[in-house]
Amino acid sequence: MNQSQESTPVPARRVRLFELHGEIPHGYYLAAGASFIGIFLLGWTLLTAFGLISPIFLPSPLAVLQELTSQVQSGILWQDVLASSYRIIVGWLISTALALPIGILMGNFRFFEGLFEPFNDLVRYMPAVAFVPLTILWAGVGDTQKFIIIFIGTFFQEVLMIMDNVKIVPREFIQISYTLGLNKWEILRSVVLRSAFPGIWDTFRITLGWAWTYLVVAELVAANVGLGYRIMRAQRFLETETIILGILVIGVLGLVTDYAFKITYNLLFPWMRRTR
Amino acid sequence: MNTTATPPKLQARNVWKVFRTASKGQLVVMQDLSLVVHQNEFVSLVGPSGCGKSTFLMMVAGLESITRGLIQVDGQPVLAPGADRGMVFQSYTLFPWLTVFENVRFALRKSGLPRQEQDQQVLHYLERVGLQAFKDAYPNQLSGGMRQRVAIARALVYKPKMLLMDEPFGALDAQTRLLMQELLLQVWEMERTTVLFVTHDVEEAILLSDRVYVMTARPGRIKEEVVVDLPRPRSLLETEADVRFARLRKHILTLIREEARLTMEQETGMNTP
Repeated sequence: MNQSQESTPVPARRVRLFELHGEIPHGYYLAAGASFIGIFLLGWTLLTAFGLISPIFLPSPLAVLQELTSQVQSGILWQDVLASSYRIIVGWLISTALALPIGILMGNFRFFEGLFEPFNDLVRYMPAVAFVPLTILWAGVGDTQKFIIIFIGTFFQEVLMIMDNVKIVPREFIQISYTLGLNKWEILRSVVLRSAFPGIWDTFRITLGWAWTYLVVAELVAANVGLGYRIMRAQRFLETETIILGILVIGVLGLVTDYAFKITYNLLFPWMRRTR
Repeated sequence: MNTTATPPKLQARNVWKVFRTASKGQLVVMQDLSLVVHQNEFVSLVGPSGCGKSTFLMMVAGLESITRGLIQVDGQPVLAPGADRGMVFQSYTLFPWLTVFENVRFALRKSGLPRQEQDQQVLHYLERVGLQAFKDAYPNQLSGGMRQRVAIARALVYKPKMLLMDEPFGALDAQTRLLMQELLLQVWEMERTTVLFVTHDVEEAILLSDRVYVMTARPGRIKEEVVVDLPRPRSLLETEADVRFARLRKHILTLIREEARLTMEQETGMNTP
C-alpha cells in the first residue's frame, strides 16, 4: 500500500542529537567537546583583546603563553613540576602503602572494620586544610610537611574506598572457591584480591587526583619551590599570567596522570571489556 | 531399594534451621527435614518459594550452619565446605579475569594432577558441554546459557562425589533453559554423578530426576517423596509427551499449590494488623 517501501532506497537516517539517553555518532561527540574548548578560548581572547577586563584580573591567552615560554627557558617550570610531583608521589605512596593493607583487612574481616572505621570516620571529617598550621609546627615547611598534608587528605578516604572495592567481590566467588577445595588464604589471594584489583586500581587513580589538591593547598601556605608556591608568589606581585599558567599546568598534569591510569587499566584488565 | 551396608551418598536426618532475627526473634525456616540421596542418583528438591530448599543445599555444601540434626556425605558428617561436593549456583560465578579454559582448570588447582593431564580433562569437559570452540573467550563475552555450561564443566572436571545445583537455569530465558535441561540430561546420563538439584520448575525436576522431594511451606519439611518412573535415556520431547509425565506433573503441582496457598495465608495473616 505504500509505494515508497519498494521504490526508494533506505532513506538516510536523520541524526537525532537529543534523544533521552540516546546514542550519537562518535564524530559529533568529539566535535562537541572540541568546540566547547574552542568557544571558551575564543571568549577568553575576546574579553581580553577589547580591554573589557584589566590584564591584572585576566591576562590574555597570549600573555599566558609567553609566560610559559619564559618559564620553560629559565627552567623554573621544570623545577616546580619536579618538586611538586616528587611530593605528590611520595605522599600518595605513603598513604597507599598503609591504606591498601588496612583497607583489605577491613573489607574482608568485620573485626577490622569495627576496629578502624569509627576512628577513621572521625578523622575523615576533619578538614585536611585545617591541619596545615599544625603540620608546619610539627614538620616545618619542607617536603615532610607536604607529605603529611597529602597523607591526611588522602588516606582516610582511600582506606574506605579500598574496603568497598574488596567488599563488593561477589559472595558466590568465595563460596564456589570453598567448594573447589581452596582454603581461606588461597581464596583471599587468588579470588578476592584478584577480583577487587580493577576497582582498587580505579581508587588509585581517583586518590592521586585528590593528592594534587592537597599538595597545592600545602604549597600555597608555605613552600619555597613548587607549583603552588609559584602561584602564591605571583599573587603577591600581581603576576596574574603566572597564576593562570600554574593552574593550567596542574590541570594538565592531573589529566595526564588520569589518562595514564586509564590506559594501564585497559592493559591490566583486558577481560573487563565486553565487546568482541 | 538399596539394602547394602554402604551408607547412602547423602543422608540428612532431622535437620533444623533457625535464624535469629533482630525484629522477630527466632525464625524457624526448616523443621525436622530428612532425606536420602543414593549413589549415582539424580534427586530434585522442589517446593514453594521461601521453603528453605536453597538453604538446605547450602547446608549440604557446608556453607550454611546446621542448627540441629545431622547431614552426612558417605557417612561422614558435613562440618565445612570441601571439594567432595561440587556446586553450581543460579548466579554467574565464573571468574571474569580467567578465560573459559582457565576457569575450568581453576577447579583442578588442588588435584595434584600434572599440567598435561589437567589440560586434557578440561578439554574433555568443555567438549561435553559443547564449548571447546570458546575456550579462550572471557566470561563477559559469553551468553548466560554458555556461562552456566562452563560452570557445569567446572563442577564436573574435578570429579566431586556429588553435585549440588541451586536453580542453575533459573536466570536463563525459557528457550535457553530447555536447551540447558537437555544438555544436562545428556551429560548426566554419560557421567552419572550423584546430583541434588534445587528448582522451582516442576517439569524440569521430573525431566531430570530419579526422585523428587516436595517440600512444605516454611518451616520446610519433606511433604512427599515422588519416584519418577520414566525410562532413561530421556529426551525433552519424548519424556514430556509420556502420560506418566503429565500425571507426575499434576500430582506434584497439586502438592506445591497446597503449600503455596498456605504460605500466602501465613503472609497475609502476618501483614494484616
